[in-house]
Amino acid sequence: MSKPVIATTSLAGCFGCHMSILDIDERILQLIELVEFNKSPVDDIKTFTKPVDIGIIEGGCCNSENVEVLKSFRKNCRILISLGECAIMGGLPALRNGIPVEECIHEAYIGGPTVQLNKDHILPNDDELPMLLDKVYPCHEIVKIDYFLPGCPPRADLIWDALVALITGDPMKLPYEVIKFD
Amino acid sequence: MEKLVKQTIEKYGSDPNRLMDMLIDTQEQFGYIGPEAVATLAHGLQLSQVDVEQTITFYHFLSTKPRGKYAIYLNNSAVAHMFGRDAIKDAFEREAGIRFGQVTEDGLIGLYDTACIGMNDQEPAAIINNKVFTRLTPYRVREIIRHMRLGKSLDELVNESYGDGRNQHPNLKTMVSSNIRRKGMILSDNYVMGKVLREVLPGISPEAVIAEIKHSHIRGRGGAGFPTGFKWEFCRKAKGEKHYVICNADEGEPGTFKDRVILTEKPELVFEGMALAGYAIGGDEGILYLRYEYRYMKDYLESVLQSMRFQQLLGTNIGGIEGFHFDIRIQFGAGAYVCGEESALLESLEGKRGEPRDKPPFPVEKGYLNQPTIINNVETFATAVRIVENGGEWFTQFGTEDSTGTKILSISGDCMFPGVYEVNWGFNVEDMLDMVGAYDVQAVQVGGPSGTLIGPDEFHRTLGYSDLSTGGSMIIFGKQRNLLRDVVLNFMEFFIDESCGSCSTCRNMPQVLRNKLVKILNGKGVKKDLTDLREWSKTLLASRCGLGQTAANPIVSSLKNFRHLYEELLQKDIEFDEGFDMKASVESSCKYVGRVPKFHH
Amino acid sequence: MSSLIKFKIDGAECMAEAGTFIVEAARQNGIYIPTLCNMPGVKPKGSCRICTVRINGRLMTSCTTPVADGMEIESNSNDIKELRKSIVELMFVSGNHFCPACEKSGNCELQALGYLYQMMVPRYPYDFPNRGVDASSPKIIKDQNRCIQCKRCIKSIKDEQGRSYFAFRNRGNHLEVVLDEELAATMTDETAELAMKNCPVGSILVKEKGFATPIGKRKFDHQPIGSDIRV
Repeated sequence: MSKPVIATTSLAGCFGCHMSILDIDERILQLIELVEFNKSPVDDIKTFTKPVDIGIIEGGCCNSENVEVLKSFRKNCRILISLGECAIMGGLPALRNGIPVEECIHEAYIGGPTVQLNKDHILPNDDELPMLLDKVYPCHEIVKIDYFLPGCPPRADLIWDALVALITGDPMKLPYEVIKFD
Repeated sequence: MEKLVKQTIEKYGSDPNRLMDMLIDTQEQFGYIGPEAVATLAHGLQLSQVDVEQTITFYHFLSTKPRGKYAIYLNNSAVAHMFGRDAIKDAFEREAGIRFGQVTEDGLIGLYDTACIGMNDQEPAAIINNKVFTRLTPYRVREIIRHMRLGKSLDELVNESYGDGRNQHPNLKTMVSSNIRRKGMILSDNYVMGKVLREVLPGISPEAVIAEIKHSHIRGRGGAGFPTGFKWEFCRKAKGEKHYVICNADEGEPGTFKDRVILTEKPELVFEGMALAGYAIGGDEGILYLRYEYRYMKDYLESVLQSMRFQQLLGTNIGGIEGFHFDIRIQFGAGAYVCGEESALLESLEGKRGEPRDKPPFPVEKGYLNQPTIINNVETFATAVRIVENGGEWFTQFGTEDSTGTKILSISGDCMFPGVYEVNWGFNVEDMLDMVGAYDVQAVQVGGPSGTLIGPDEFHRTLGYSDLSTGGSMIIFGKQRNLLRDVVLNFMEFFIDESCGSCSTCRNMPQVLRNKLVKILNGKGVKKDLTDLREWSKTLLASRCGLGQTAANPIVSSLKNFRHLYEELLQKDIEFDEGFDMKASVESSCKYVGRVPKFHH
Repeated sequence: MSSLIKFKIDGAECMAEAGTFIVEAARQNGIYIPTLCNMPGVKPKGSCRICTVRINGRLMTSCTTPVADGMEIESNSNDIKELRKSIVELMFVSGNHFCPACEKSGNCELQALGYLYQMMVPRYPYDFPNRGVDASSPKIIKDQNRCIQCKRCIKSIKDEQGRSYFAFRNRGNHLEVVLDEELAATMTDETAELAMKNCPVGSILVKEKGFATPIGKRKFDHQPIGSDIRV
C-alpha cells in the first residue's frame, strides 16, 4: 500500500500552526515513515502533483488568494482539516471584522500613525497582489472542512494524535489538556 | 425641564415602582427623555442613571433622543405589507424628505416602524402622537404631512371620519372601526351593566363564585389556556398582605385585535369582571395593563371607570355588599410584545424592563409587588361575568367538552370581511373561511406568529385547546402570497425585534435562523440548511418564556407544512454552500483600491 | 436542617434541604451542573440557560428551580449535554471570543465550558459583531464584543446606596451591559477588581492589568470546570 499523501498550507495565519507540526519533536521521523508530503511549505512543493489524502489548512481567508488556495485544496484533497484558531474562526486577523475594509486599508496605507513614507498615498497597485475580502472568513464558511483541531497553536500532541488516528483508523484520544483555544 | 420632571416624580409618590408612568409622562411632555430628565429621575428615585436608562431603552415608544413633534409609527405587520404598506412608507419618506428611523431637521416629523398595532382589519395603519390613522393611502399621507407643516392640530388631521359603534363616543372620537361581524355571549347586546355585582354577588360567597368558574371549565383566553377557576382559587388561598387583580390588555400577538374591540364596545363588562374577580380572590385593587398602542382609549376608559364609580360598581361597598371594596387604575406599557407574558407584565407594572421572571414562584403566590396576583386576559374577565350571571352549567353548553364557551377571533388577511367574530369553540377552519369570505386560500396562520401555519389539508381541524389552540389571531393568506418571504421572514424579524434579550437562546438564535432563511431565499440554500433549521431551532425550547420557546415557530411550522416551498428554492446539484460570494466579498476593496483580483486557476 | 428531602439526579439518590436551588443541591451531593450567569450570594436570573435540566419532561433552569421531595432531575443525558453544548456554541458565535488575544483566557468560564463540551468548532456561522469597547471610565475597560449579558456585574456591583454601576441597555440582539458614567468616576480599585472577578468572561477588565498568571498556572489549564465539585 502506498503511503497516505499530506498537503499543508498557511493562509491568513502566522505559521505558528506549522511550527506546532514541527513541535512533535522526534516523532517527525516516524511521520516521514508514515506519510508522504505533497504541496506544503514543509517540503516546498508549490503545486499539487498528485491526489492528496489529507490537506491541512492553517489560517482563515482574508484575501482572494486565500480563497483560491483553499478551493484548490478542497479540490485536490480527500480530507480537509482546519488547523488552529485562525482557520476555525478567523483568529487575530479577524479582529478587523466588523470594521469596513476601506477603513482598514486607509489605516494601513494612508492614515495610520506609522505611515510616513507613503507620501503619495499609494495603495497597493501591483496586479499580482490579491484583494482583501470584506472580512476574514473561517475556512468552513467557504469550503467543506472535515475536521477541526483548535488551539493557538494546536498542541503538537493533538496534531500527532489526529494524524495517527486518521491514518490508522484508530479512535482519537482527546485528553483535557490538548484541547485549548489559546 | 428639571422642575417638570420633579413634579412628575411627586405625582407618582416618588415610588420607583411607578417609573413607567413617570417615563411615559415625560416622553409625552417633551417628546423624549433626555439626559437632564434621566439625571433628575435617577437622583429623585435613588437609582443610577444607567438603571433609569435600562428601562427607557427597553420600550419601543420611549426614547432618549427627540422623536419629532409628530412621531409617526407605521405598522409593519405582515398584513400591513399585504395591504400596501410599502407604498405608504414610500409616500411618508417622500413627503417628509427623510427615511424611516429619522427626524426632519426642523424636528417636526419623525418616522418609525412599529410592530402590529392591533389594526390588522384596517391596514395600512399608523399611530401619530397616540392617535390612530387607519386605511392609509398615499393621498392621505400627502395630506397629513401637508397639514402638519401647516400647523394643524391632530384632531384636524383626523378629518372627522370616525369609526363605527362606540368609536364615535365623545371621549374616543377615533377613526378606528370595531368591525364586529358575529356576536355571542360577550359581544351580545343583552349585557346589563352591574347586574352581576348588584344582583348575583350579594347572594353568593367568593368561594361559590370560584366554584361556578371552575364548573364552567373556562380556560384563559390569552392563549396559554390555564384553567381560570384554579388560578383564582390558588390566589385566594395564597397568603399575602394584599391580593391583586390584573387585566392583561397587552394584546401584542400580531393579527389579534379583539381586546381592542372588547375594550371599545364592552369596557364595563371587562371592569365588572375584574371587580368580580376581586370579590372572588379577596382583592381590592385592580390594574388594567393596557398596551401603549391603545393609548387613544385612555380618556374614554377613564370616563367609563368614573361613571362606574358614580354608579357604585367600583369603589366601596360595591353592590351594597358590606366590605366589598374594589377599584381599578389603568397603567400603560410602552411598546414591548414580551410584556404580554404575565411575569414580564408584572416587571413592567413595577417600573422595570419587561423581562419575564423565573417560575416558580407563580404570580398567584408572588405576583405584583410580591403579593398574590391573578392576571387574566380581557376576554376572560368579560366571560367570567356571563358565567357568574348564568351559571357554570349553562356555560358548558357552548363549545366542546375540553373547550367550553365562545372565543372571539380576530380575523384578517385575504378575506372579504376582516373583523372580530365570536364563535363557539369547535368551529373548524373551513367553516371559518367560508364565514369570512376567503377564497383561494393558501394558508392560515392560527394563533399569530407564535402559533401554527396550516395549509388546506388541515382546514378540517377545529379550534380548541386540544386541537388548534389560539388566543384569537387568524391571518389568512391567499394563493398570491409568497409565504416564506412575505410571512415567515416578517414573523422572524418580529421575534428578533421583540426579544427582551435576557436568555442567551432567544437573544441570539432567532437571527441565526433568520440569516439562514434569507440565505435560502437568496438561492444559496442546500439541503443541509433545512436540517439545520429544524435542529437548531430546538435550542430555543430552553428559553425562559413563551416568546423564546415559540420564536422559531414560523420556520418550524412552515418547514413542516410547506416544506415544498423551501425545497423549490434549494440548489439542486451541490451539497455544500455556506453562502460565500467571492464577487460580493471583494467589492468594497476593489472599489476603494481601484483594481480587480487576478485569478490563477 | 430539619427538612431534608430526597430527590434524584440522573437516577442517583440525593438529599438536600427543601427549597435549595437544584444547582446548589446538586453541588452538595457532589454533582456538577454547569452554570455561567449564576453566582453564589446573588439572586439567580436563569439567563444563560446553561444549567438547563429536564424535570417531568419540562426544561427548567436548575439555578432558579428549588428541589422538591421526590423530584427526578435529568442533567447528564446526551440530549441535555447536547443542548448545553449548542448554547455554548451560540454564545461563541454571537460575540467576538478571540481566546488567543483575551486577558481572561485560561480563567474564562465560557471558554472552560467550550473545553468541557469539547467544542472543536461552533456549528453556527460567526456573527463578528462590532459593538465597540468602552474605555472611557478611569478604572475599567468594557469590551462589548466579549460580553455574554449574564447580568452578574449588574446584580453584584453596587455602591453604598445600593445603586447599580452596571445596567442593561436596549433589548434583544442589541442588548448591552453599560457602565454608569457618574458612578464610575468614583469607583474604587476594590470595586473594579471585584467587577473583573465577577465577570465570567473577559468583558470587564481592570485597566493596565492582564495576563498576570502564566499559561499552565491558570484556573482551567489542567482541570475541567466543575472538578472541585465532582466526587
